[in-house]
Amino acid sequence: MAVSYTKYLRMYHMPHMWCPGCGIGIIVKAIIRAFDALDWSTDDLAFVSGIGCTSRAPGYLDMNTLHTTHGRALSFATGIKFARPDKHVVVISGDGDATAIGGNHLIHACRRNIDITLVIVNNNIYGMTGGQYSPTTPVGARAATSPWGNIDIPFNVSELVKGAGATYVARGHVGSGVQLERLIRGGLTHKGFSVIEVLSNCHTQYGRRNRIPDAIDLIEHISKSTVSVRQAEKMSPEELKDKYAVGLLHQDTERTEYCDDYNKVIEHAQLER
Amino acid sequence: MKHTVETVPAPLPPDDYFMMGDEASAEGAIAAGCNFFAGYPITPSSELMVRMVHRLKETNGSFIQMEDEIGSISALIGASWAGARPMTTTSGPGLSLMMEGIGYAAMTEAPLVVVDIQRAGPSTGQATRPGSGDIFQVRFGSHSDYEIIALSPWSVQEAYDLTIDAFNLAEAYRVPTFVLADESIGHLREKVTIGETVERWHRPTAPGMPPFDTDDENGVPPMPAFGQGERLLVTGSTHDARGFRKTQDSAAHQRLVGRLVGKIRNAAEKIARYETYSLEDAEILVVAYGFSARAALEAISELRRDGVKAGLFRPLTLWPFPEAGLKLAAKSVERVFVPEMNWGQVVREVERILHRDVVPITQVDGEGMRPQSIIDGVRGRAGMNS
Ligand SMILES: Cc1ncc(C[n+]2csc(CCOP(=O)(O)OP(=O)(O)O)c2C)c(N)n1
Ligand code: SF4
Repeated sequence: MAVSYTKYLRMYHMPHMWCPGCGIGIIVKAIIRAFDALDWSTDDLAFVSGIGCTSRAPGYLDMNTLHTTHGRALSFATGIKFARPDKHVVVISGDGDATAIGGNHLIHACRRNIDITLVIVNNNIYGMTGGQYSPTTPVGARAATSPWGNIDIPFNVSELVKGAGATYVARGHVGSGVQLERLIRGGLTHKGFSVIEVLSNCHTQYGRRNRIPDAIDLIEHISKSTVSVRQAEKMSPEELKDKYAVGLLHQDTERTEYCDDYNKVIEHAQLER
Repeated sequence: MKHTVETVPAPLPPDDYFMMGDEASAEGAIAAGCNFFAGYPITPSSELMVRMVHRLKETNGSFIQMEDEIGSISALIGASWAGARPMTTTSGPGLSLMMEGIGYAAMTEAPLVVVDIQRAGPSTGQATRPGSGDIFQVRFGSHSDYEIIALSPWSVQEAYDLTIDAFNLAEAYRVPTFVLADESIGHLREKVTIGETVERWHRPTAPGMPPFDTDDENGVPPMPAFGQGERLLVTGSTHDARGFRKTQDSAAHQRLVGRLVGKIRNAAEKIARYETYSLEDAEILVVAYGFSARAALEAISELRRDGVKAGLFRPLTLWPFPEAGLKLAAKSVERVFVPEMNWGQVVREVERILHRDVVPITQVDGEGMRPQSIIDGVRGRAGMNS
């Protein structure tokens, strides 16, 4: 059935601020489709973000939206979820927002396994502030603050959050909206902390500095860098160099969720009195 | 718009209790209906946090220890927008980290309470020793223009009472509100009398009305919570009545920030509270707050025994400062002294209000203010620090 996008969009907020061709649009579309497939009431949804191009997404969605401070979206979201565990809480974050300034909140949200779904838009750069290098800028890539090539080793975001304890970890990319929607839907229905890393294009700030200034070219470049999780399993580490496995990377359905655990402990403690 | 008032039986059975200031503040929070606490441990506020763990268990509230104070204040704001009555507690170093969130809470008008048990700084300073160095930080610590409310207890009883008031004021004005205690009060053990009932004020509500502007002259718009059918749009960027971004609209910015500041400034005399002692014939006025006011009360009675006609003005609200009361109190005195456990903070405010020379008496040695420091200061025997 066709999705009625306007049902989820604050049309009075259009036009949006993103550059033509920006991957964030594809990702927001996938998020809307996932919401629609689950048929959740927009009143039961809280969509939270920090600061950045990516973080402007909640402003365009017609639900409870909280556009917060740079890097702290997960902490605000934790407050909402912990105060109202009956609500669905979704966070969207840029790579800088999530893994630089918000890195500490990120690993602790993973560790807590609180039932929040986090979509990280990894475009390898700080888009909003003009293309400075981020914790996911590849070595050698050019940025406004690394005009002769970046020397910082980037994070592998999915591995980072997996290591920190996220119980659902998936990687998608803007070259495949259908897969992306499925991965996001999986994260939304997973009870626990879910992360969907999305490889995305910022042709304006990243592409132009790295000889791929066109949106379509950059999306194609990203697509070519991906291999399916199944393919990746059969590849050697050398073959996997500079490749990104996409699909569901990790899911742990055994671990209990934070709000549930808290309630259980409190109920138990109340009986003990 | 106006808040609503509810009267409930006090959660603790009415009686006299003997407890620590930190614990009394936790009891005040529970009495005020606090149902959400997020925090990060720091001396000398940890006892308050630990008491909240136990009390929130009994009252079906939520307690979470966050990864740092930035996370704590952010979680409070999220909880506030989810409809909770949230609080945290901290001390100087943690307060510094919270400043980003305080600005966001002020901008989005999210009620919350921060109990700051001040210690001797700057930086890590003397973690277990009292100080009152955070007076300006709570008021001006986040960037740009905003207003907050800050209350200053001088006893364990007031740690209880003013924490209740802090929740009520935060809700009524939709503003971050501080209890500015210090280590001397936080760790002091005294009697607290718990009354039969507690008044709880609740944020104004009006379904369907815009949450970020109002024609009401008090400047406080209604505040719906997430999940009440309003699909709220909340942002720390400049916004209009419904929360829409207005980052290029100078009139919208002027109106919003003007209202944020105005809703507190215009109500300042209503919010402001103070007490006076022995002012009738006073020639010397001592302006003191928090723990220092206890020492000041002793100092003025000793000075009076020696024939010095001294009186005391004690603000219970440091922000907004009780300006009219202070002017009245200082009207016919010859000299004004401000003893503080810092290098001179409230003294500047007193000078600004009175337009006259005011003598600071600073005792910054990591000890609670001594009456003798004040007596020496008034007698002109002490320099800047003894
Ligand atoms: C505390 C703070 N520091 C810096 C900034 C400036 N700033 C805004 S967005 C941003 C980075 C955005 O990059 P990213 O998170 O990767 O998101 P993108 O714009 O690429 O979607 C920065 C540094 C800020 N808003 N707040
Ligand atoms: S600057 Fe980059 S991330 Fe931002 S909207 Fe443009 S393309 Fe997208």
